[in-house]
Amino acid sequence: MQVSLPERRVITASRRNSDKIFLTSVTAGALSAFVILSLIAGFLFFRSTEVFQTFGLKFITSSKWDAGSVEDGRAAQFGVAAMLVGSIIVATLAMVLALPFVMGTALFLEYYVNRRIRFLLVSILDLMAAIPSIIYGLWGYLVLMPYASDWAASINKYLGWIPIFKVDRANFDASPFIASLVLCLMILPIASSVAREVYSRAPQDQITAAYALGASRWGALRAVVLPFGLSGLVGGMLLGLGRALGETIAVLLTLNLVFEIKFQVLASAGGNVASLIASRFGEAGALELKALMAAGLVLFVLTLIVNFGASFVVTRSSRGNS
Amino acid sequence: MNNTVTSEVQPRRPWVNRRTSLKETLPTVAISGVLSFGVVSYTGLAGPLGSYLAFVLIFLVVSFLMGLRHDKVKATDKAMTTLVFAGFFTAFIPWISILFTVFKRGASAIYWGYFTTDMSVTSADDELNLGGLSHAIVGSGIILLLASAIAIPFGIITAIYITEIKGKLSGLVRVMVQSMSGVPSIVAGLFVYTLLVIGRGFSAVSGAVALSILMLPTVARTAEEVLRLVPEDLRTSAYALGATQTATTFRIVLPAARAGLITASMLGMARVAGETAPLIMTAFYSANFSTDFSGHPLASLPMYIYQNFTTGTDLALTRAWGGAAVLLGLIFILFTFARLAGGRAKR
Repeated sequence: MQVSLPERRVITASRRNSDKIFLTSVTAGALSAFVILSLIAGFLFFRSTEVFQTFGLKFITSSKWDAGSVEDGRAAQFGVAAMLVGSIIVATLAMVLALPFVMGTALFLEYYVNRRIRFLLVSILDLMAAIPSIIYGLWGYLVLMPYASDWAASINKYLGWIPIFKVDRANFDASPFIASLVLCLMILPIASSVAREVYSRAPQDQITAAYALGASRWGALRAVVLPFGLSGLVGGMLLGLGRALGETIAVLLTLNLVFEIKFQVLASAGGNVASLIASRFGEAGALELKALMAAGLVLFVLTLIVNFGASFVVTRSSRGNS
Repeated sequence: MNNTVTSEVQPRRPWVNRRTSLKETLPTVAISGVLSFGVVSYTGLAGPLGSYLAFVLIFLVVSFLMGLRHDKVKATDKAMTTLVFAGFFTAFIPWISILFTVFKRGASAIYWGYFTTDMSVTSADDELNLGGLSHAIVGSGIILLLASAIAIPFGIITAIYITEIKGKLSGLVRVMVQSMSGVPSIVAGLFVYTLLVIGRGFSAVSGAVALSILMLPTVARTAEEVLRLVPEDLRTSAYALGATQTATTFRIVLPAARAGLITASMLGMARVAGETAPLIMTAFYSANFSTDFSGHPLASLPMYIYQNFTTGTDLALTRAWGGAAVLLGLIFILFTFARLAGGRAKR
């Protein structure tokens, strides 16, 4: 007897038209971030080519910023070296100042308080992260500066023999030190929330093992949590560095911009690319505007590099542990 | 839980404070209190900050010495505990100072007319019972709404792409959103300036576009976290009933995450409500009350503060603090709504 096997059924799964439209439009929408980033880079580059052609590498290496004048016959000259160095000094100093507080905050919230208090404190920290930079700037200039100038004066008095704490004139207002104090406050919430996130993933069994071996709380933190969370801490700090490099208004209000490369952090003179753009923008002529675009491009590239580094470090740390 | 006795064994978290430690903490506090009082009265450290610093340093030493009665391990632990506490609480001093100053100094600028009049006939130097910031509030509202209209749909679409479609580009899109959140606000301002302002003049629309660039990453990332919280079962059930992906997303997933998406939007608005730098180059400032959002400069709260700050006289500075208080109040309201909406964006 012959058995005829039924023919194998072929299942075709083709998407409906509605799904096709949905898929295409959502994909297109999701690429908006990519499109915007390339547009920003493209437009700024396009607008600033003339500046790069005219000044070449001197735009990066020179620190002279002079719009020139027709009457005196002075040629315009633009270079962001002082501002770039100033930006890096201010942001790095902010990092250094913030580091102990970031570690303290992250460890405190994760290992020193119970869950309910932590939730409350984290909410407050999130709220602090939402305070606008103009308010930080206002407070930094009007409230912090009188105190901070005194602190700077005492640091200069007792530690003035260290080159970076030297000053030429005894004016401590609007120094990179004060600007970085303000920045330090502004980046603390973001940096500590990233660090806390990574600290919280420290392997529980190893912590318990450390206690079982007779470690104190600090012993367990030092032996397990801190080495484990190092990359998270670095990532968080780098993310903060990116924010600090791009911060405009708070620095504009608290820093005295001077077109000269200086490493005296307590003196009333510093540089900052973002603040330069905001401060010169209003009265800039055609060429200076293009120079500001070029400065913006430099800043954009710099923060992009720092941010890529930060997200690389953070993702690698979280991937390695899961 | 009513009448049943539960005796589950809970894993102990060894770092939870034990009550006995209070017996050792109190004397430490007392001793360092007395010592730091002495130090403050006899040395140059003065004022609340000086006293605080003296107290922390002396507490550090005293707690170390108290711990030394047991052994060195205990002593180090005590000292480090003091440092961690100090690191956390010191960070809060400036924030308390900011909130206190903003609301105290801002209060003297605020009266009823402050919210109903603009600065069109008042100069920054006029007495505080004249003029107000109605123009800035309305301007900020218009710019924020326009920015939300652009950023929220795109932010949610980005999140849908990552969590629902899970396409090949998910990784790339996430990296792009991440790097977009690092774009300095001034660069966003410059970009929109070259794109929309040159040749057309300042306008609220260009301000909104600039803010939406800064807002999009916040919305996208929060929305992504929220959509991830929607149980996978809901999606598979919908597919099992024959729903298309479109129907599943719009009728199952998005409604389920509605509260969280509102949170995402509010957080995005709170993030950009205080941005000043991009507005200098896009919407700029005008002293007149206006709801016209294209072709003319439009006031906003941050620019109102900035304008008064640059004027720099005492009255103008008081006005700036008043603006700061209103702006901070607005952001706190947005934040509270975001929390109340119930989206538990895990951070």
